[in-house]
Amino acid sequence: MQGLPPDIWQPVRLTVELAAITTLILLLLGTPIAWWLARSKVWWKEAVATLVAMPLVLPPTVLGFYLLVVLGPNGPGGAIAGLWGARTLAFTFEGLVIGSVVYSMPFVVQPIRNAFAAIGDRPLEVAATLRASPARAFWTVAVPLARPGFLTGAVLGFAHTVGEFGVVLMIGGNIPGSTKVLSVAIYDYVETSQWREANILAAGMVVFAFAVILSMTLIEKRVARGGA
Amino acid sequence: MKLGGLLRLGFVAIIAALVSSNADAADTNVAVAANFTDAAKEIAAAFKQKTGHQAVLSFGSSGQLYTQITQDAPFQIMLSADQARPKKLVADGLAVADSRFTYAIGKLVLWSKTKDLVKGEATLKAGAFSKLAIANPTAAPYGAAAVAALKALKVYETLQPKIVQGNNIAQTFQFVDTGNAELGFIALSQIAGEPSGSRWLVPQTLYPPIRQDAVLLKKGAGNAAAAAFLAFLKGPEARAIIEKYGYGVDTSRS
Repeated sequence: MQGLPPDIWQPVRLTVELAAITTLILLLLGTPIAWWLARSKVWWKEAVATLVAMPLVLPPTVLGFYLLVVLGPNGPGGAIAGLWGARTLAFTFEGLVIGSVVYSMPFVVQPIRNAFAAIGDRPLEVAATLRASPARAFWTVAVPLARPGFLTGAVLGFAHTVGEFGVVLMIGGNIPGSTKVLSVAIYDYVETSQWREANILAAGMVVFAFAVILSMTLIEKRVARGGA
Repeated sequence: MKLGGLLRLGFVAIIAALVSSNADAADTNVAVAANFTDAAKEIAAAFKQKTGHQAVLSFGSSGQLYTQITQDAPFQIMLSADQARPKKLVADGLAVADSRFTYAIGKLVLWSKTKDLVKGEATLKAGAFSKLAIANPTAAPYGAAAVAALKALKVYETLQPKIVQGNNIAQTFQFVDTGNAELGFIALSQIAGEPSGSRWLVPQTLYPPIRQDAVLLKKGAGNAAAAAFLAFLKGPEARAIIEKYGYGVDTSRS
């Protein structure tokens, strides 16, 4: 491996950081949303579900464009950045986290919602008759029963954030150590004809994707067997 | 049955339309460096009006377009933002050797949307801004020129943490235009005829000249429309458009 640029692993580290933080936020943010979507009976809840699912259909350029406007100096992101004296959230790691949370939201919310819905009313009613408070029932009954959903959501959210490209390209600014994530680094290497470096990272991604999908399938199989 | 018949009819109609539009004029696919976007569109329109041929334009950074061409992209002409890549294409056997010529000489400008923000090199030395946008210097010649100018002014090291990179010069412009970066190095052609903001035309002594070369690719050899486009690009109408966008033209053309 002679002549490898020393900074080739920096994007890998950055990508893992971004995906981990995004997944954590999505679990915290997505769980109440998923719970509400699974349990609520208000008529407009499917409209909310649709909003959450929209990044599945929208091209990343649409998200990138609006994020650029929203994060920029004339949007709310600029106002937030003003709190610590910056002008914009674009070109920052924080900006990427915001973008990734929006972009990967459906991949986390959907499996958790399905898992909550699959529990049905019975176990929670039983918990209530045993005088468990709703909060206690949630933590001791619903969450453990929905564990496969959390696992699937976390893995998919992480993987999808790693696979993000268009949004990052548009709002990132290609800054090493802060916004130059793996997918952008690969693009950069290809564009500048550094194919050996591109190959190393790209092949790594192929192995990663294979491992993620395979482990997902194996988890689902085990859960299905355990449930039967 | 009925639907199938309708579909078939539709296909025939579409194919007939395509064939008839191609009967009298030919298409040529041109890869254009992003800085030349506006000028190229205007030239293509004038070209179509004069010859009836259609130049189909694709935009990107010179590095990106070069990579695509080496991977068999269906381009017949490349309008690069440098000389190095057209030369390399000739060396790679992907372009016609004697077809290469300089169609424009680019000018680098430091631009901000904010009035009075850019006041010349003093602005860079003071460094009173948070983000400076440049194009990716390895893929885009204007990015390389920006780095050269920053180094010539001896501010590259200090400003480096503030630099954000656009993927090509068009994205760099957009970073500044949306205000996400306060200022940036772009091509003069991108703000030609736009008096807003503040600007500093970077002296040409601070960076190596941006000689932008065109070259006929092997895929375009023998294509009448491609040959006509290159001839048109050398002609007086195209030259007037190129100069209008703030480019220099090569007067010592061989």
